[in-house]
Amino acid sequence: MIGVRSRGARFRSNAFAYASLAPYVFFVLFPFYFMVVTSFKSNAELYNLKSIPFWIQSGAIMDHYALLFQKTDFITWMKNSLLVALVATSVSVVISILAGYSLARLRFRGAGSFGTAVFITYLVPPTLLFLPLSQVVVWLGLADSITSLMVTYPTFLVPFCTWLLMGYFRTIPREVEECALVDGATRMQTLRKVVLPMAVPGIICAVLFSFTLCWNEFTYALTFISQSAHKTAVVGVTSDLIRGDIYFWGSLMAGALIASIPIVIIYVLFLDYYVSGLTAGAVKG
Amino acid sequence: MAVGPRVLEVVGVPGPGRLSRLREWWEQEHVFGYGLIVPAIVLLVTLVAFPFGMAIYFSLSDYWVGSPGGWVGLQNYRDILANETFRQTVQNSFVFTGIALSLKVVLGVWLAMLLSRNLRFKRLIRGVVLLPFVIPTALSTLAWLWMFDSLYSVVNWTAIHLHLISAPGPNWLGQSTYAMAAVIVVNVWRGLPFFAITVLAGLMAVPREFLEAAEVDGAGSWGRFWHVTLPLIKPVLAVVILFSTIFTFGDFNIVQVLTRGGPINTTHLFATLAYQVGLSGGNLGQGAAISLFIFPLLALVVFFQLRYVRKE
Repeated sequence: MIGVRSRGARFRSNAFAYASLAPYVFFVLFPFYFMVVTSFKSNAELYNLKSIPFWIQSGAIMDHYALLFQKTDFITWMKNSLLVALVATSVSVVISILAGYSLARLRFRGAGSFGTAVFITYLVPPTLLFLPLSQVVVWLGLADSITSLMVTYPTFLVPFCTWLLMGYFRTIPREVEECALVDGATRMQTLRKVVLPMAVPGIICAVLFSFTLCWNEFTYALTFISQSAHKTAVVGVTSDLIRGDIYFWGSLMAGALIASIPIVIIYVLFLDYYVSGLTAGAVKG
Repeated sequence: MAVGPRVLEVVGVPGPGRLSRLREWWEQEHVFGYGLIVPAIVLLVTLVAFPFGMAIYFSLSDYWVGSPGGWVGLQNYRDILANETFRQTVQNSFVFTGIALSLKVVLGVWLAMLLSRNLRFKRLIRGVVLLPFVIPTALSTLAWLWMFDSLYSVVNWTAIHLHLISAPGPNWLGQSTYAMAAVIVVNVWRGLPFFAITVLAGLMAVPREFLEAAEVDGAGSWGRFWHVTLPLIKPVLAVVILFSTIFTFGDFNIVQVLTRGGPINTTHLFATLAYQVGLSGGNLGQGAAISLFIFPLLALVVFFQLRYVRKE
């Protein structure tokens, strides 16, 4: 009986909601806005205590971007990030589809315990294992290479994707699979041609999240790699534009912006998948 | 449904070859089931379980980068517990997690309530709210690093020009209390969207009739929230809190970029201290012992998740 309340009261309460959301939206967006402003501002203005920090007064310049592209390995870092994200994501999603389907659908001894094991590893924060993993990477002969990241990122992607996909596989009616099996399809064919097409939204979700997690990963990328040419975008920007006590603020912000753009594009295009994946991960847990 | 070949046998068709017997074996539900999880198990055993075992071994040995050392028993743990920096880190971790988590819970529920209203630009607002969660944390923290700069801080500039504080204002990352506040602000800025969006999903599942019935019974908006909405979103909230506890406690990115644990170790968390001791300092044994202190909390969270949350 929401209608009982007058239109005026509803209007007032919505106005209240907008008024409370406005400062929060400002809080969320301001750092990004400030990145943009800083990246186009001349050093003379950036480091002038008398100038107003909120906008550009003396004309926008591209120098910080020029420094980023010409004096650092930024393009290489972006390529490295892309390569690592693509390889780690594809490997992890394939492994997770197999494991997720098996744990969600097939009946065998121990399926429940394996499911629990996957769930527990999903909760392990990467910061618990980065020290021993840095040694494993050395033993595997992968020290200081982007391959080390392709190998180690699946350790947090697989538990997450498996968990996410198990939820999706459970929503597919069992009868569909049974029909296919009765019709003489092998189990693998059933999985490939019947189950997978029905789980496409879940798979898109897993791919999106994996890609984002890889692109954003910081701990392992910082720990395993020291050579500039092998860094990922996130680590390269945060480490190579700070030399001792000198911070190249304009270029730092320029780099942070450009390195975030791929994620923003994916995010804008697939917002609904993000929201559903985020809530599925937690709510179905 | 692997009856095909057997039927053929009965009918008298020549016996199946090795290949089709293999296929028949593979088609059994349990064999196929185990087969599909083998890659995941191999990965998790070699790159999660084995390193975890190594972490324990490191922590019990005198292991330095490049020189595997001998068994020292609990010496690393004794050294750590006697260490002032480590005690400071324990305190930091609890202060950081406690405050950041409380803020995220309260503000997250508040934000979710606002977002659940039928506002114009609903989709746009939700999209904006999630932004800090999807952008690489290390990079957005750089913006905060610049905003908290000791000389050119825009936060101080604004506060001074609004006559809220007198110049020059606090040195955010150089004074211990302010540095902790800064780290918490950034953590809340980044983690709040996760709370808001998941709690929002929980709110959407609250039946409208319940709220309407309570309204008819004369419950005010606070009463409706406290007696109807909150009990119904409790399961979702519990999951989000458990998740966030472990990831806030194990945080690395924000502190590493913003303060590196300083000033004088007052913002170190287990992960950043472990990084400093184990990698920058090369003392893998002690570093591993420090990072293992995240484990008891992880175990506790797992226990609660399995015991209470997943059963519902």
